Amino acid sequence: MSVFFALVRRELGGHFNSLTGYVVIAAVLLLTGFGLVDLIERIRQMPYDAPVTELFYQTTYFWLVVLLTSPVITMRTYAAEKATGTYEALMTTPVGDWQVVLAKFAGALVFFLLTWVPFIGVLFSLRQITGEAALFEPVIVAVTFLGIALVGALFMAVGCFASALTRSDIIAAMVAFLFGIGLWMLGFRPEASGMLPAWAIPALEHMSMTRHMEDFARGMLVGRYVIYYVTVTGLFLFLTHRIVQSRRWK
Amino acid sequence: MIEVENLTKRYPGRTAVDGISFQIGRGEVVGFLGPNGAGKSTTLRILSSFLPATSGTARVAGFDVFREPDEVRRRIGYMPENNPLHLDMRVREYLKFRARLKGLGWRRSRERVDAVLQQCGLTDVAGRIIGQLSKGYRQRVGLSDALVHEPDLIILDEPTIGLDPHQIRSVRALVKELGKQHTVVLSTHILNEVEMTCSRVLILHRGRILAADRTEDLGRRMSLDGQVVAEVEASEAALLEAFRDLPEVEHVEVQPLDGNFRRVALVPRGGVDLRPLVYAEVRENGWPLRELTRSRQSLEDIFIHLTRGKVKED
Repeated sequence: MSVFFALVRRELGGHFNSLTGYVVIAAVLLLTGFGLVDLIERIRQMPYDAPVTELFYQTTYFWLVVLLTSPVITMRTYAAEKATGTYEALMTTPVGDWQVVLAKFAGALVFFLLTWVPFIGVLFSLRQITGEAALFEPVIVAVTFLGIALVGALFMAVGCFASALTRSDIIAAMVAFLFGIGLWMLGFRPEASGMLPAWAIPALEHMSMTRHMEDFARGMLVGRYVIYYVTVTGLFLFLTHRIVQSRRWK
Repeated sequence: MIEVENLTKRYPGRTAVDGISFQIGRGEVVGFLGPNGAGKSTTLRILSSFLPATSGTARVAGFDVFREPDEVRRRIGYMPENNPLHLDMRVREYLKFRARLKGLGWRRSRERVDAVLQQCGLTDVAGRIIGQLSKGYRQRVGLSDALVHEPDLIILDEPTIGLDPHQIRSVRALVKELGKQHTVVLSTHILNEVEMTCSRVLILHRGRILAADRTEDLGRRMSLDGQVVAEVEASEAALLEAFRDLPEVEHVEVQPLDGNFRRVALVPRGGVDLRPLVYAEVRENGWPLRELTRSRQSLEDIFIHLTRGKVKED
């Protein structure tokens, strides 16, 4: 267990010893800030009967931030270590493959969540300014952040998988982005495409991340959504583990 | 300590290691010598259980590197080629991290890190960021990492590559020091390095072992060493007469030099050191002597001698 924490600490250290970690956090803040300001402006012109925070998770801004930052956070996990050779130094110590896979994933996820921590402050100050209590309902904020964590876990697992495939962090980032946007678009208005068989439409609607996030933002913790994220995250972690192991296949 | 049998590693379209077998005993310092692409790094990577072999077996301290990799990894300190380090970390922080990965507890890792910092002369830079250190210091960080968990076996892949002569000397001194307490296997393409640091040498070429011997025996086996050269002020006839009929001398050759000096080259019979004999002869005749040396066959010559035939064959 202590080995696992040493590895997670190293992963987080990698973000904060260099500028990249701070740049990502600043970018998330800037983009969410822009998003909120734009959203508030639009609501002022055309009032809508829902809290701003709930609407925010339905905007493209939220997904833009998640889809863009995830590959940047995960691209270096394996690819950079393979490129510099530290991967060889790591894999010749008595650490297990699963330990490495889970520690790298946990490190990425913790960092992803850290980038969203300042947003709690933004929501809080928004309530102070508007005096609207519904803006900062603890239960809703908690469920929303659980939703962000679940979505984040899925994207981190996808990103780690992409990074394990290659030695180049650029390729890792591009592959992670493609996988991420692909998964996100799976449930993106499937009925609009006339080519899908009838049974596929409800199936894809179940995978709609935007819909999941809408419900989470209303404070609804839906069990089957949680199962969806846990399963897909687990699947990608399993695939990553297979790649890490494949080095030892004859 | 190491037992390797018929070890083969094939990459698509290329055989990196071709059925090699060797054994290395506890406490030995063994050098893997060979040109680039000879299969040194691949062999070391298999020994450190990073890569699986295509066929054959390798055991370290009695454990199979493929089937019991964790047992093997606990007992080895491996410094990979080009000494990869996390350049954004500080020296002490990095070594502590590595010590934890190798299973040392919190207190033990602190003790060991302090010990290796001292041993490798890194105490002064313990708080510096690795990326800002000179290459010589980085190499010592890599060596400290290999040592930190007190492994039985230390594997160093090209430990002096890319260093300046001064740094090379200090790293070699460290390796020599390590050899007193640990079994050390290192690879290099510099012959001189093996001569200076290793007790035994395995010469690799195109994935095969060309020769394996004690460093000093290898030269003797080539039966090319022991030639003695003297520069003496005497006539050719007198010199030839003095040395030609000695039973210890196989062959004499005299060449004129500047002034009245002559260069006498003597090949001994049966590996005898001819220097005392030559000196006695010179003193008896009262000849002025300005140089007397015994040329030693360097590994360089041996290596060229060994590989020449092979290269022609291919």
